[in-house]
Amino acid sequence: MTTPVLETHQLAKRFARTWALRDCTLSIPPGRVVALVGPNGAGKSTLLRMAAGLWRPTQGTIEVLGERADRENSALVGRIGYLDQERPVYQGFRVDELFRFGRATNPTWDMDAARAYVDQLGISLRDRVNNLSSGQQAQVALAMSLAKRPELLILDEPAAALDPVAREDLLRLLMREVAERRTSVILSTHALGDVASICDYLVILSRSRVVLADDLEFVGQSHRLLSASSTATPTLPDGVTVIGTRTSSREVTHLARTTLPLVDDGWQVSEPTLDEVILAYLRHETDHGVTPTHELDQVLRGEAS
Amino acid sequence: MTEKQPNIQFRLDPRSGVAPYRQLVEQVQRAVELGRLRGGDQLPSVREVVTQVTINPNTVHRAYRELEHLGLAEGRTGLGTFITEHPGALAASATHEELARDLRRWTRRARAAGLSDEELLTMAQRIINRDQMVRT
Repeated sequence: MTTPVLETHQLAKRFARTWALRDCTLSIPPGRVVALVGPNGAGKSTLLRMAAGLWRPTQGTIEVLGERADRENSALVGRIGYLDQERPVYQGFRVDELFRFGRATNPTWDMDAARAYVDQLGISLRDRVNNLSSGQQAQVALAMSLAKRPELLILDEPAAALDPVAREDLLRLLMREVAERRTSVILSTHALGDVASICDYLVILSRSRVVLADDLEFVGQSHRLLSASSTATPTLPDGVTVIGTRTSSREVTHLARTTLPLVDDGWQVSEPTLDEVILAYLRHETDHGVTPTHELDQVLRGEAS
Repeated sequence: MTEKQPNIQFRLDPRSGVAPYRQLVEQVQRAVELGRLRGGDQLPSVREVVTQVTINPNTVHRAYRELEHLGLAEGRTGLGTFITEHPGALAASATHEELARDLRRWTRRARAAGLSDEELLTMAQRIINRDQMVRT
């Protein structure tokens, strides 16, 4: 089955006069763990809420698992597990009461699985939610979305604000699910370390736009660091797009996207880390308001021509 | 439920900058070189690995594919991935030995000349990069 789990075309969402997301065109194949990365306010939650069918697009289209995203489409909603950043609070309830509620509202609910999840995590069914730590509450919330047996999980910062042990447990539970059930996952995160270890597809949003969307394996292959002496900077080879530049008094280093093998000499070529690639894209878009230093200015001008 | 102890415990350093699949590949290579993993040993299943370390299952598949490509492991349909017989012969081939000996000699000379480990690595990196450019 090759129907994309998420397919958007020119998707946009506007609130009053502000565009929260625009020109968003994506096609994400099934079976991936997608990292959605970007600064606060870049449009991550907006995209996820539209994918969950909670918000309607202002413009463009969004299809999830081959159907138009719509909360009224209960068959589709049943195939998706969605966990909002603002986790719903069921403070007064016991875990088993939540699970009974889950069974009553989800035809595909797997009660044995739900019990097994919390059991693995050392949470009792008789625990009251308000007596659990915030990490355990997040785990119960994730267990609820997993017990639906969804084909696609949409998680908005699932591990934010968790202590290191709780986040590790939560992410491992998630990865086991992916390994055993081939569940597709789209999650937003600020933890760049998580991107490399648990994700295999990367979407970077910046200033309401998609600036990169690709297989993580290809992201690594298609970006290089090019360094040269700042006094004798050679011209950039063809097929190279500079994403970010760092200069010292002696050296210029570009982080660039390249589609061809680099044949130009004079540049010292090395592989950037994934963090360097992500940060370069995030800075690329935020640099506009900043006055560059004289040196950097020259370099940027050189690239533009 | 009692599960058998895995014969290799993977580790992942997210800050190393080394791609996670590479880290797994290198750990298997090292275990083979040290004799901790031997021909015929079964590598942990993908499911087992994701309970050991927080890692994407596709990354584990990719690491195992790479090990097969290197001739260090082989997939047996329906059974799992196994270390190939005589993997040591591969890891410690004559060429390998000779190169390592050259490198040890070179390292001694570089240190004697007063190079720090970092300078030494920078030099090696520069040479590798230049070589890469010539090849492409």
